Amino acid sequence: MSAPAPYVEVEGLRRLFDVSKPWLNRMIERQPKQWLKAVDGVAFTIERGETFALVGESGSGKSTVARMVVGLLPPSAGDVRITGVSMTDPAQNAARRRLRRRIQMVFQDPYASMNPRWRVGEIVAEPIRAFDLIRGEAAIADRVGELLTLVGLHPDDRVKYPHAFSGGQRQRIAIARALASEAEFLVGDEPTSALDVSVQAQILNLMRDLQDRLGLTYLFISHNLAVVRHMATRIGVMYLGRVVEIGGGRELFTHPKHPYTRMLLDAVPDIGLTGRQRTPVSGEIPNPIDPPPGCSFNPRCPFADDRCRAEVPALIDGVACHAYQEGRLT
Amino acid sequence: MSALAATPSRWARFLDSDVFASFRRSKLAMAALAVTVLFFALAIAAPWISPQNPYDPAELDLINSNLPPIWSAEGQAPFLIGTDDQGRDVLSAVFYGLRLSLVVGLLGVLVSGGLGLALGLIAGYFGGLVDTVIMRVADVQLTFPAILIALVVDGVAKAAAGGGLDTNATIGLIVVSIGLSFWVQYARTVRSSVMVEKNKDYVQAGRLIGLSSPVIMVRHVLPNVLGPVFVIATINLALAIITEATLSFLGTGLPETMPSLGTLIRTGNRFLFSGEWWIVAFPGLALAGLVLAINLLGDWLRDALNPKLQ
Amino acid sequence: MTEPVLSVRDLRVEFATRRGILKAIDGVSFDIARGEILGVVGESGAGKSVTGAAVIGLIDPPGRISGGEIRLGGERIDDLPPERLRRIRGRRIGMIFQDPLTSLNPLYRIGRQIIETVQTHTDLSARAARTRAIDLLAEVGIPAPERRIDGYPHEFSGGMRQRVVIALALAAEPELIIADEPTTALDVSVQAQIITLLKRLGRDHGTAVMLITHDMGVIAEAADRVAVMYSGRIAEIGPVRAVVGDPLHPYAKGLMGAIPTLTQETGRLAQIPGAMPRLTAIPAGCAFNPRCPKVFDRCRVERPDPIPVGGHRVACHLYDRAEVAA
Repeated sequence: MSAPAPYVEVEGLRRLFDVSKPWLNRMIERQPKQWLKAVDGVAFTIERGETFALVGESGSGKSTVARMVVGLLPPSAGDVRITGVSMTDPAQNAARRRLRRRIQMVFQDPYASMNPRWRVGEIVAEPIRAFDLIRGEAAIADRVGELLTLVGLHPDDRVKYPHAFSGGQRQRIAIARALASEAEFLVGDEPTSALDVSVQAQILNLMRDLQDRLGLTYLFISHNLAVVRHMATRIGVMYLGRVVEIGGGRELFTHPKHPYTRMLLDAVPDIGLTGRQRTPVSGEIPNPIDPPPGCSFNPRCPFADDRCRAEVPALIDGVACHAYQEGRLT
Repeated sequence: MSALAATPSRWARFLDSDVFASFRRSKLAMAALAVTVLFFALAIAAPWISPQNPYDPAELDLINSNLPPIWSAEGQAPFLIGTDDQGRDVLSAVFYGLRLSLVVGLLGVLVSGGLGLALGLIAGYFGGLVDTVIMRVADVQLTFPAILIALVVDGVAKAAAGGGLDTNATIGLIVVSIGLSFWVQYARTVRSSVMVEKNKDYVQAGRLIGLSSPVIMVRHVLPNVLGPVFVIATINLALAIITEATLSFLGTGLPETMPSLGTLIRTGNRFLFSGEWWIVAFPGLALAGLVLAINLLGDWLRDALNPKLQ
Repeated sequence: MTEPVLSVRDLRVEFATRRGILKAIDGVSFDIARGEILGVVGESGAGKSVTGAAVIGLIDPPGRISGGEIRLGGERIDDLPPERLRRIRGRRIGMIFQDPLTSLNPLYRIGRQIIETVQTHTDLSARAARTRAIDLLAEVGIPAPERRIDGYPHEFSGGMRQRVVIALALAAEPELIIADEPTTALDVSVQAQIITLLKRLGRDHGTAVMLITHDMGVIAEAADRVAVMYSGRIAEIGPVRAVVGDPLHPYAKGLMGAIPTLTQETGRLAQIPGAMPRLTAIPAGCAFNPRCPKVFDRCRVERPDPIPVGGHRVACHLYDRAEVAA
């Protein structure tokens, strides 16, 4: 008997963005089209009920992956399958429509993620109406009140407008809206990055409580390593559009393998590490329009050799690094 | 619902808003609003407050022609500010003319605003080729003065209809001309606001629950791009009134039997040098006052809605 | 004891709005010694940036400093006329902001901007000023400074731009640098470089640094002492190790517990209920009292003054000797 298929399967995901100048400028300056490879060869799986996190700095492509997973952005190549249903195959349109309401997203900016002219009740009720889950105004109002209570707000809050709420409360409303369509898979794209730390703690705790109560599956996107460490069961580290290392939370943080993961863990300011001596980190992230050949981390990597400068390393046993495969890492 | 009472109504929220506070602070805005409201009231009440129906030839009497205002020696009641060469009471003509000017102006704003809003929404939301085509048309449109477009539309339509247009058709024609001349500004403004709004996450959230593009545009994007449209509409109302007046002044607008302010100024212009100044001066003052008040109101609204100027 | 570089006493800043006067800063006092980095930390709206702006005299109407005094090297600067204050700013106080692009003129080569600053505040010749500018760029870690000095701001990456801004802030050899969220816009790996640089410069030049940030991690790594702000007041101030490792004020305790860390796995984060009050609705007594787990009657009526406890100063009635005895 084979193991049950993972809840989410991502395979060979790639996304290019056209960053060319306008047609007229290109013709006059005789320049070719320019493509930004935001995501390339990304593959991972998420089991039902777990929290998988993608962590990376700006330009790593983690948010682009999130948008492709929920189907807001079509991939240039590769596929995302959720409960076996392809998010790209036109032949599975009908199945995908049924899956649609199971997949929701919580966005980064709680001030931009809800229509400022709608009352909270209407915002939370919109998915219920869109998927025709409940009929009758009274029943919908009851359900909205129930959802607001679930995320720690008061049912009477539904008559207020978003501007009456703080950032943290708005993020609670956003979570209520995501759950309104009876979602079972939530993608959080930096859901706490815009919040103050004490409020961040409230939202992270809420997300964990909801996961326990409702058996939710999370894809959690963040640049904050400590937050990811706190939330995720498994973690993928991204650098310039590729996953460089994937592993279980504790393993990855205690025994990082990829030189970039090591550097990142060493660099992050952390309150547990007052006044420590840090290994100096050098260099910055290269321009993603013109990435270095071979392993994209090679210009900053102390272990880089000629192979690293020529050949893109494949992800083997959770690490994409020639030096690691060759046993050159110390 | 008892909880509703806890949340202020829209009107209460408006009274408490920054826009209203800015209005209370600006004496000029209050004066402009008062004058605008007065003109609208006069226009609406014209049939009841005018001493005479200036459109009804039966009420005109050539004996009363060219009477000066009441305060001069030859002035006669009830013609407070004199009569024209047809014996038409100038005050009544101004009231009725205001009515026509405002109707044409408002309809013109409605048509141009509606057209611009729709095209701007479509261009901004869909982008790509649709956007390119609409905005290039807008660019070309901008290279012609509005009055020229209005004259061309007017001329073509009149030629097509063989010259025999009735008054309502003429009003319709002027409204269409104004609509075609002024939609570009709306379209551009709406397009750029839409391009900002459509990337906001609440639009993405709408896509995630499977809403179609037209639904997202109308339900979510449209209400959030209306602010600047109101500002443009206010300022454009003044422009539309002037355009109508200009067309009428040039003779392609409303006929002398049913004069708008522009027509009155055109006819009155002929008497300027023969001494009957009141025939042109009072319609002119009414037009200037109306346009100035609306413009000041528009300027204030623009500043009040622009957070950068706070 | 030598005189502190910056001494702020009972500072108050108010903003007049049509809904009444908002107290953004309400009785803040602290000192920064030579070569010391004081971290000022707090959540949004706590008043940390306003404090920085008040020190450099950049409070614009409708805001105003309504009380207290600010002394730089013993000299009172909060009541100076704008023209003299402007000269002190730049000459004696350097500034580093979150977005390096706001501090750099995109149309000028960076060399010209640094040389101008050097020449405004010293009487060096053009040639000597250029040499000094190259030295400064080298000191903040710009590779090949003699070549990069002729570059425009857009030719530099985010981290390099922030280095240039630091060089610019150092150009006049100020006594005090105010750094407002200097690493917030940068990537983690670059943040670390900038923190290290700030620490080294403070030490080498004996410059006092006021480091304003919402990121406790940055404070923990860079600061010598830390002031935790809440609702325009300082809740707790003390040596960084003590405040981070053993916070006394209930707010500081909650804050430290709420931060996830790399070193420990916790099931749940400590959680302070509610959010910081808006400036329009700061509660009477201790501003933290509605959220405080240890609140008692006195907290709701009487505002706590900072009390020295160990090496800290804590504004909390719990540490009042009378309460401890009771």
